[in-house]
Amino acid sequence: MAILEVKNVGKRFGGLQALGDVNLNVEENTVHAIIGPNGAGKSTLLNCLVGKLIPDTGSVMFDGQSVLGRKPYEINQMGISRVFQTPEIFGDLTVMENMLIPCFAKRDGAFEMNAISSVMNQKEVVEKAEHMLEDMNLMDKRQMHAASMSRGDKRRLEIAMCLSQEPRLLLLDEPTAGMARADTNNTIDLLKRIKEERDITIAIIEHDMHVVFSLAERITVLAQGTPLVEDTPDKIKGHPKVREAYLGESQDAA
Amino acid sequence: MDAILLQILNGLDKGSAYALIALGLTLIFGTLGVVNFAHGALFMIGAFCSVTLQKILTLSSETLSATEKDFLGNPLKIKTPYVESWFGPEVGASIIDWAVPLAILFAIPVMLFIGFAMERGLIKHFYKRPHADQILVTFGLAIVLQEVIKYFYGANPIPTPAPSAFVGSFDFGPLLGLDTSLAYPYWRLVYFGFSAMIIGAVFAFLQFTTFGMVVRAGMADRETVGLLGIDIDKRFTFMFGIAAAVAGLAGVMYAPINSPNYHMGMDFLVLSFVVVVVGGMGSLPGAVLAGFMLGILESLASMNEVKAIIPGIDQIIIYVVAIIILLTRPRGLMGRKGVMEE
Amino acid sequence: MFGLEKRDTRLLIIVAIMALAAPFILNPFPTDSAMAQFNAGYPDLMQRFVIFGILAIGFNLLFGLTGYLSFGHAAFLGVGSYSAVWMFKLLGYNIIPGMVLSIIVSAVFALAIGYISLRRSGIYFSILTLAFAQMLFAIAYSDLIGRFFGTPITNGETGLQVYTSDPQYFHNENLPNIPHLFGQEMQSTYTLDVAGWSFDFSFGYYLCAIIMLLTFYLAIRIFRSPFGMMLRAVKSNQQRMNYTGLNTRPYTLAAFVISGMYAGLAGGLLASMDPLAGAERMQWTASGEVVLMTILGGAGTLIGPILGAGFIKYFENIFAKINDNVLHSWFSFMPDGIEDFMVTIIHPFVGKGWHLTLGLLFMLVVIFLPGGLVEGGQRIGRMFSRKKPSDDAADGTTTPAE
Repeated sequence: MAILEVKNVGKRFGGLQALGDVNLNVEENTVHAIIGPNGAGKSTLLNCLVGKLIPDTGSVMFDGQSVLGRKPYEINQMGISRVFQTPEIFGDLTVMENMLIPCFAKRDGAFEMNAISSVMNQKEVVEKAEHMLEDMNLMDKRQMHAASMSRGDKRRLEIAMCLSQEPRLLLLDEPTAGMARADTNNTIDLLKRIKEERDITIAIIEHDMHVVFSLAERITVLAQGTPLVEDTPDKIKGHPKVREAYLGESQDAA
Repeated sequence: MDAILLQILNGLDKGSAYALIALGLTLIFGTLGVVNFAHGALFMIGAFCSVTLQKILTLSSETLSATEKDFLGNPLKIKTPYVESWFGPEVGASIIDWAVPLAILFAIPVMLFIGFAMERGLIKHFYKRPHADQILVTFGLAIVLQEVIKYFYGANPIPTPAPSAFVGSFDFGPLLGLDTSLAYPYWRLVYFGFSAMIIGAVFAFLQFTTFGMVVRAGMADRETVGLLGIDIDKRFTFMFGIAAAVAGLAGVMYAPINSPNYHMGMDFLVLSFVVVVVGGMGSLPGAVLAGFMLGILESLASMNEVKAIIPGIDQIIIYVVAIIILLTRPRGLMGRKGVMEE
Repeated sequence: MFGLEKRDTRLLIIVAIMALAAPFILNPFPTDSAMAQFNAGYPDLMQRFVIFGILAIGFNLLFGLTGYLSFGHAAFLGVGSYSAVWMFKLLGYNIIPGMVLSIIVSAVFALAIGYISLRRSGIYFSILTLAFAQMLFAIAYSDLIGRFFGTPITNGETGLQVYTSDPQYFHNENLPNIPHLFGQEMQSTYTLDVAGWSFDFSFGYYLCAIIMLLTFYLAIRIFRSPFGMMLRAVKSNQQRMNYTGLNTRPYTLAAFVISGMYAGLAGGLLASMDPLAGAERMQWTASGEVVLMTILGGAGTLIGPILGAGFIKYFENIFAKINDNVLHSWFSFMPDGIEDFMVTIIHPFVGKGWHLTLGLLFMLVVIFLPGGLVEGGQRIGRMFSRKKPSDDAADGTTTPAE
């Protein structure tokens, strides 16, 4: 069953047709990659899914409910979490606090006037956050300012923050962009492990073909705002249209 | 009807001042991304340029009169301004009489210098700091500037008359074919014309010079201009100087309308902020439009007929309008999406 | 203790001791010594320390935690004062109804102003709060509401005060004719003379000090609570907040209202010490002063605002007293010419020139010490001890300790 259904979505910016007519189904408990050359509309599409942009036409359904017109925080509460291209974390706060915030958001919802009792007294939330940090190997950095961590650690923290909300759909926007090879491989292993351990659907936008073919079960190729093909990784690899439009140049560049 | 017309005319001069200050604020904000709480102080300093020039021109030598005596029987002291003794009494007297318009020449270099010094010495170091810091440091500067002026010129307003040629009023009545007279002081006409000229000059400058084009591009998209390899720093400094000069000139000519005092800058600044917000942050035409609109509205609200219905409405009308506009059009009249949104 | 961590309890106890022993601490010089002018242990001044301390603590809950810079907080101070004086006029001089009403009314104003202003952030927000405050100032200064209803509400330029003709329903002959708490006058003071020293213990001061300690305790609880953490998250990254399923608007609005209530309480206390309310209390200069207190002490730290408020109010008082005669006596050991020169140099900054000093201080703090006195203290502490920065963060701005 498709957890995310994108139907006839189009978006214009002034004279530029960023998304033409996008139809896309993401099946539950799969890893679905969206690839395409620069300017293909990948990020625009992602922004339409999380409420940052509102498409001009079409519909986006998540688990049978429309996400259009809802605010980003409402969409998140429906069960969609997003990891950004450059890690978006709370830089001024400690790693532990970064972890606590989504745990509170999961427990208390969009707003809770919990102003008297100390954070540290909310045992079950603290334990959950500590557990997540241990799981992500960040426990020894818990008192560090998040902004002073390495990029790889920030990425891991952001993924951990998203996971602690137990989302049903995790959106990843080029999670390995700007990473060294070793970090990239770690991230791939991490995502594989996440997929094995949880009931989660992952939609991933990625440039790095190594990442895409290590993870994805289905791939949609986007070009000039419209889906070119959608198929399994093996078929995509051999697809002449895709090689021509995208993979050829990408592999040369790499 | 003619009462309304008169109020509209009366609103023009205050509106001009709002528009000029708001224009400078918007220029600085649009190019440098800094909100300058000291901008009102620049307007005030401009007004004190008039005061200063008048004081300089009336510096006098004292001579004892050979014939006349004062009431104690001592020889009467006669004060002769140096200008009168240099240029002869008639030319000298008319130079003193024209102190305020002459102060424009005096104020331009002064204001440019203050603007450059402010940007180089202070503002420059705050481009990368949080907005709160920018607000706070310029706020501190505003206090310092106004206290310095207070120290040298005292706390009382200093009357600074317009040239005697502009004393009196122009009667719009006959011109508009009305039976009643519609007297409007000449100086206010001059002020309006002067403001319109400056506004026109600023827009022409932005429209027709390469420099102006870069500035406009910068206001639309700061990053791109940075990428073009244009030396933005120097242009920023210059832009700040121009904005300071615009505010200063607005102040110079405003001196005869309201006798300058040290806190006039802050009074105008708060309203000019409202003007900027109503016009739409970052929109130059919005600033001008909203400036005149709010000036005229304020003037209309001070009519006795209006005040009889809602007492004191003239003092809060600007705020009330601002709140209504912000509730209905959060970006202001001509604001663009994406400006000032973090 | 008190449901606080060890470090916070220690801080609270230190502040409590300082506040309760203030009549001693602030009067270190014998009454008739030349240095007596630097004493600050008068009830009137000490009351202002703690009342403005409350104001700054509240302001810090908004600005220090969320980063939203309100430039109109003095409006709530004024609203609180007017409410309290109205209670004195209608019900009588017992300060309890006045306190309660000042908190409620300022909360209502904060809710309305915050609801509109918080639609925008950053500079926009600062300008909007400034505009609202100036509007309220204009309304109060010319008593627009009063003129509309035909009866004084703020009593314009004169200011609102209590007249014998006022109803004062619960007033009777046994009760004092000045603000009191169940018969105990605010002004009643016990003076202790020891050798050359003289110490004043005023009921009004101790009442204010205890209220300040309570509000400080509440502020610590808020800082350490999930709500406080969310507010700091708002300051750090709103985008991440939104994509973590959190709605930032109610958080910032709640912070704004709480902080407005603190200001209202401070305003009510000011009126309780001196049953007058004037519009000048709401002017933008007053709003600027609160901002300065908070950043001077250290925005976002617990103790900073209290330090800042004390520092500003102390120097305001001392500087205002220094005139040319005092300056001459200071520099009298110098040769005449240099003495006059020094006096001329310093003259603009003291006495009536206090605002000039204040403005310069404002700039210097923002330029060189954005973290305020607390950061300055930490820097000095670090220079001596060479400890790791995280160890000497006495205020604990960020770390919730284990």
